[in-house]
Amino acid sequence: MTSVTESRRPAHRAPGPAAPRGAPDHGAWFLVLPALIPILVLSVGPLLYGILLAFTDAQSGRTEPTEWIGALNFQDLLHDTLFWESFRIGLVWAVGVTVPQFLLALGLALLLNQNLRLRWLARALAIIPWAMPEVVVGIMWRLVYNADAGILNETLRDLGLGNGHDWLSGLGTALPAVIVVGVWAGMPQTTVALLAGLQNTPRELHEAAAVDGAGAWRRFRTVTWPALRPVALAITALNLIWNFNSFALVYVLTNGGPGGRTRLPMLFAYEEAFRYGQFGYAAAMGCVMVAVIAILLAVFLAGRLRAASKGGDEA
Amino acid sequence: MRTSTAARTGQYAALLGYLVFLAFPFLWLISIAFKPPRELASLHPTWIPENPTLDNFRQAFDEQPLLHAGLNSLLAALGAAVIAVLIATPMAYVVARRRGRLAKAATGWVVVSQAFPFVLVIIPLFLVLKNLGLINSVPGLVMVYVVWSLPFALWMLAGYVRAVPRELEEAAAVDGAGRLRTLVSVTAPLLAPGIVATALFAFITAWNEFFFALVLLKTPEKQTLPVILTHFIGAEGVADLGPLAAAAFLATLPSLVVFALIQRRITGGMLAGAVKS
Repeated sequence: MTSVTESRRPAHRAPGPAAPRGAPDHGAWFLVLPALIPILVLSVGPLLYGILLAFTDAQSGRTEPTEWIGALNFQDLLHDTLFWESFRIGLVWAVGVTVPQFLLALGLALLLNQNLRLRWLARALAIIPWAMPEVVVGIMWRLVYNADAGILNETLRDLGLGNGHDWLSGLGTALPAVIVVGVWAGMPQTTVALLAGLQNTPRELHEAAAVDGAGAWRRFRTVTWPALRPVALAITALNLIWNFNSFALVYVLTNGGPGGRTRLPMLFAYEEAFRYGQFGYAAAMGCVMVAVIAILLAVFLAGRLRAASKGGDEA
Repeated sequence: MRTSTAARTGQYAALLGYLVFLAFPFLWLISIAFKPPRELASLHPTWIPENPTLDNFRQAFDEQPLLHAGLNSLLAALGAAVIAVLIATPMAYVVARRRGRLAKAATGWVVVSQAFPFVLVIIPLFLVLKNLGLINSVPGLVMVYVVWSLPFALWMLAGYVRAVPRELEEAAAVDGAGRLRTLVSVTAPLLAPGIVATALFAFITAWNEFFFALVLLKTPEKQTLPVILTHFIGAEGVADLGPLAAAAFLATLPSLVVFALIQRRITGGMLAGAVKS
């Protein structure tokens, strides 16, 4: 990450005499090691170890030694319809959260970029979902969705829209209900990122377009969006990954229920590993999740890059 | 730019809609936290408690070891924040000042570490920490939190280092100060606000964290607040709403306060990062 100040001072890119580029410097290693060792030992190491475990029959609390079983876990996984169902739910959830979240955040960012009176209040409120523990977000929305004491049903009753619903335990309503919570919880980060992109668009271009008589939509399409696209792309890709891997929110809201309708892949893998003790099998699930995320991202980025190079002609 | 009255009205209506959407769950949480049982059982709940009470808070402390859990959370978050910043700052300095392979690898790791599902890391970590006897211990959790918050701490701190003008360091070097001397007496004081912001951010992330704590902490006397909060929800998903809301409200306050303090710095950093990357 770079800071705002640096972007105003591009001159400092040139290497100074104090640190010649690429020169061997043992002092630098001394500064790096305190962080590098824990990263390697507790992050990179376990990641590789986790991939290895996926090829073993590792289980928790078993006395026989763990054995190498090759791709057997993956073969089992291939036939595990429950896992693929959770995978499908994970994709629906990731897209179902990311897309509305992006649209709502874009709208809010556009509003916050205007000179409106209640901007400060929106900024202040946006802190709440961002700073809250996910567990509390889950608890809070359980209170909102509560069939009897919840404000949602009471509001619907007041508006004469039926007698209320048991949102989180209804087979058809549970997934949409948790998706709404996901949208709410992640909106601030997305809004801030998009607001950054907006503040980066040249104001003069906007004004010139307005003088030329371009309407709001035309100005958005020809001036705002092209400048915003790189940020929008990055935040959408990250949101898709984060949402696909999310756990705490749904664990608290429904714990995967009713009938597995909201059982995200992480919930499935967690149960497999820490309820049933199937470490090797759960690790295989993790590997499949990583692989699919990598493929999806590659496809997504390739598609967007092609669109960007095409879009370059009209700009 | 000129904006018509109709457009302005539309904008305010939209903004109002956002404000309601952002605020209403939190207001409802507060409302429930202060309601006596009789009002909670009412089939027509009201926004404002008619007889506000603190009983839910008292009951929450009676039902679960909240104070103890809060202390565990505080220890875990403080430990993680201090250690993460101590070891990340020197590395961030090197990453920011030298644009070699190391800087690229560090940036790459920040991105990659965001992508993999935690389950792939937690199983091996669980086995390793078990062998070290660090399961069900706050120090074990701190170790995990430190590594987990390192990528983002590096990312933030490197940004703050780049904001310190290189000339200042060069001037000190010309004056005969050694590398370490320059770092300690010139760069570090200028970095201090950024270091504090990064530490506070690491504190909040650890304070709010749930998944690692759920897996690694087994007994109630070791568990952190987010894990204890889930105990208010029974096995059948039935919860005593009042104490649940009260406890959830209390658990949020520290991160809300800290976040409000550093919000500008985080959004500022994020703005810059998003724009540049």
